[in-house]
Amino acid sequence: MSEIGELRVADRNHQAAVTGMPPTDIEDPRYFHKVVDCQWACPAHTPVPEYIRLIAAGRYADAYMVNWWSNVFPGILGRTCDRPCEPACRRARVEREPVAICRLKRVAADYKDDIRDRLPRPAAVKNGFRVALVGAGPASLTVARDLLPLGYHCVLFDQDRRAGGMIRTQIPRFRLPEEVIDEEVGYILGLEPELRLGERVESLKALLDQGFDAVFVGTGAPKGRDLDVPGRREAAAHVHIGIEWLASVSFGHVKRIAERVVVLGGGNTAMDCCRTARRLGGKEVTVAVRSAFAEMKASPWEIEDALAEDIPILDHLVPLEFLHENGKLTGVRFRKVRTERDALGRRSLVPTGEPDLVIPCDVVLVAIGQEPAFPWIERDIGVAFDRHGLPVVDPLTFRSTHPKVFFGGDAAFGPKNVITAVAHGHEAAISIDLVLRGRDPRDRPPPSTRLTSQKMGLHEWAYDNEVSLEARRRVPHLPRSRALASLEAEVELGFDPEQAWHEAERCLNCDVQTVFTRSLCIECDACVDICPMDCITFTVNGPEAELRGRLKAPARNLDQPLYVSAPLPTGRVMVKDEDVCLHCGLCAERCPTGAWDMQKFLLETARAGCR
Amino acid sequence: MTYLPKPKLHHPGLPKNALGLTHRDYEGAISTLCAGCGHDSISAAIIQACFELDIEPHRIAKLSGIGCSSKTPTYFLGTAHGFNSVHGRMPSVLTGANLANRDLIYLGVSGDGDSASIGLGQFAHCIRRGVDMVYIVENNGVYGLTKGQFSATADKGTKSKKGVVNPDSPIDLVALALLLGATYVGRGFSGDKAQLVPLIKGALRHKGAAFLDVISPCVTFNNHKGSTKSFDFVREHNDAVNRLDVILPQKPITADYEPGEVVEVPQHDGTILRLLKLDADYDPTDRVAAMDYLFEHRARGEIVTGLLYVEPHSTDLHDELGTVATPLNRLAEAELCPGSAALSKINAAHR
Repeated sequence: MSEIGELRVADRNHQAAVTGMPPTDIEDPRYFHKVVDCQWACPAHTPVPEYIRLIAAGRYADAYMVNWWSNVFPGILGRTCDRPCEPACRRARVEREPVAICRLKRVAADYKDDIRDRLPRPAAVKNGFRVALVGAGPASLTVARDLLPLGYHCVLFDQDRRAGGMIRTQIPRFRLPEEVIDEEVGYILGLEPELRLGERVESLKALLDQGFDAVFVGTGAPKGRDLDVPGRREAAAHVHIGIEWLASVSFGHVKRIAERVVVLGGGNTAMDCCRTARRLGGKEVTVAVRSAFAEMKASPWEIEDALAEDIPILDHLVPLEFLHENGKLTGVRFRKVRTERDALGRRSLVPTGEPDLVIPCDVVLVAIGQEPAFPWIERDIGVAFDRHGLPVVDPLTFRSTHPKVFFGGDAAFGPKNVITAVAHGHEAAISIDLVLRGRDPRDRPPPSTRLTSQKMGLHEWAYDNEVSLEARRRVPHLPRSRALASLEAEVELGFDPEQAWHEAERCLNCDVQTVFTRSLCIECDACVDICPMDCITFTVNGPEAELRGRLKAPARNLDQPLYVSAPLPTGRVMVKDEDVCLHCGLCAERCPTGAWDMQKFLLETARAGCR
Repeated sequence: MTYLPKPKLHHPGLPKNALGLTHRDYEGAISTLCAGCGHDSISAAIIQACFELDIEPHRIAKLSGIGCSSKTPTYFLGTAHGFNSVHGRMPSVLTGANLANRDLIYLGVSGDGDSASIGLGQFAHCIRRGVDMVYIVENNGVYGLTKGQFSATADKGTKSKKGVVNPDSPIDLVALALLLGATYVGRGFSGDKAQLVPLIKGALRHKGAAFLDVISPCVTFNNHKGSTKSFDFVREHNDAVNRLDVILPQKPITADYEPGEVVEVPQHDGTILRLLKLDADYDPTDRVAAMDYLFEHRARGEIVTGLLYVEPHSTDLHDELGTVATPLNRLAEAELCPGSAALSKINAAHR
């Protein structure tokens, strides 16, 4: 108590602590952007709360277009995204589970009307520049989408006959129906790129010699890692590389699998392999992972879906040998290990000393990683590679050491995910446009931001500020018997409009910012008293670490900023901990002078062609 | 005024008191007063004081009369007992309730209209009887519910929002309370919770009539230049005589001060009111000196705040009446009506 008392004495004497935090610069777009945790976490910085509000209003097509401009593949990502936004969601910090952002995105795609007349048209006038896009996956398609309307002549190369890349070949149909791919890839093909599908680029040098002004390499990470242990060669006919096997399934070359299958690996590809195997005749499908179950790379929801299809996941198993008889695989022998950590927290797998485990099986799918491969890029044409075999790429511009060659997606920095590939595509398109217009590609165009007051009346806001107390909804699934009976039957059914509305209402509208105007504040404490989360404190300033400890509720989440005002007439400052703010607007409703206002912050990242 | 109820979610790191409750558990319904009303800050201070004292909400009875201030008991301690009485009649109802059940903690909430005009007589008699209670006047100097006419506590010469000058002398309820024998008298300001919360805590632990005058700016009708009850005026003219720390019996005393800086006043239950002197000469246990000081400083245009007077070993109405320790409402008929033999004995004593 005496601490507060002493502060009051300091107030009385109007002694503003000069060593305290500087006032927050809300003009810097990064400040409010970071408050929108989901948008900040999204590689493409999709304005999530903006489209969730549109979904709640039943404006699915509008919500779809917000997504389409930002992440290009809303229907695909609404089913398959790695959703970095969800772990970042503020809802998880104030309630329990994040908003089902990803599946709401799918709702926009599922229920939208025909949006074709909202799409950009093929450029009426070409600008004369020719850009080659190698690999027709999400990164290249994004570059094409951004550059085609500006008049660039884009040429799409892919070894497969249909555009889509890994979206089409590696993601099973029961997670992503073909027609969704066709629709969204189709929107880009509608911009009329030149298609050179079924044409594998064998030489970058030869490509550059064709006079392209720029080349974008979006060839992904097509090489699946193999497992070189005894028996691999002898049992080769029954051991498949996961992504290659998935592609064969996708193209219809593989239609059956033996009854007993072991899948090696703990990533999302392993999950896709085991679930696909279950649908192709696999009766006893087992996943074996080297690390601990808790450290598996696969997304939790994909693990959950695999477990729900009666697929055991055994952890702490290191494969030692493929067992075989007369060229026929009979099983895999594993060493049992446990995880140990040294003083620095580094992980090592130590044998437990138990006898080895043999899992009998007929087929093994190896899904232990994948990497980019560039056998077609000559090493003497100016494109430098690092010692891991990855190209040397500027992470800001995505330009390689060759001035005309750009990389993006998994090809640039190794395997990530679709949304990251899209983000790379946008940035590379900006760079290509800048370079070809004679500008410095390192001079990046700023995002566009808008800050708009949401006040409509004394107690009326342009957004729904009531905080829903509903728990996260589960997406309905197809009954298991029907799901396992077909490779094409989509397992997740998606939210219906009513479920979607309930889920959308859980969004806290973190983009509706609490904006504080110091000159209007009379220090009446009304905001402090009403704030349901105890976010606001009026106190003497101090160094951040010390200040965080003496707020109305301690601000222990160091990832979340403090919003600090310049000194007020009593010498104190307003400090707001952004961490668990519900954006309910009660501070602004309670403020007698309008010192608090709720203002919607809409940030859109720059796109190629912005001037 | 807010239409939405306050969301039930709360900060995950919210401290809990000895009862396992957070301060959110001491809230009431959402306030319907004007945005920024000082009264809401006082409600928040009452919530904080009860939370810090680990008081079970159902051990409190909150009573009020009529007016903006008297609406506020709805907005705190939603699970406490409450009685919203007739205009100016809260003191009688409180006295009656206290006589019937001495076990509860009585919290009377009133305003300058309720206590200094229509209820002035009730106020006076309740104080002079030493009813064990906390009597808080939320004093804004105007009638807010009827659009801002001067109340009886408005200072002479003060200007209304429309520019009318108040010709009448004010009633100083602190001076009255001192005169009438209140054993705990303080003045606070809704804009300074660091001072107000301990004043309320001390009053809740005090036995006898504890009176608090809390200046509470009316943001709608009395927060302009020319008002002596505005945020700016009170901040500029605030003369706090001391700073109170309420130390509960079981809590160790740790802080050390230079001799003479601190006065400690023990209470009947072992609570210690420790006062850090902000004015070196101010003695909060001297009633006459307190009144002198109050009048002197008021003449200089200063608003004296802090714990102005406290009687160390105070008594209350029950002590004076010699009532039994068991609350009267818990006595059975046999104890309350001991029969004709006992009556004859009493009558015989009068012969």
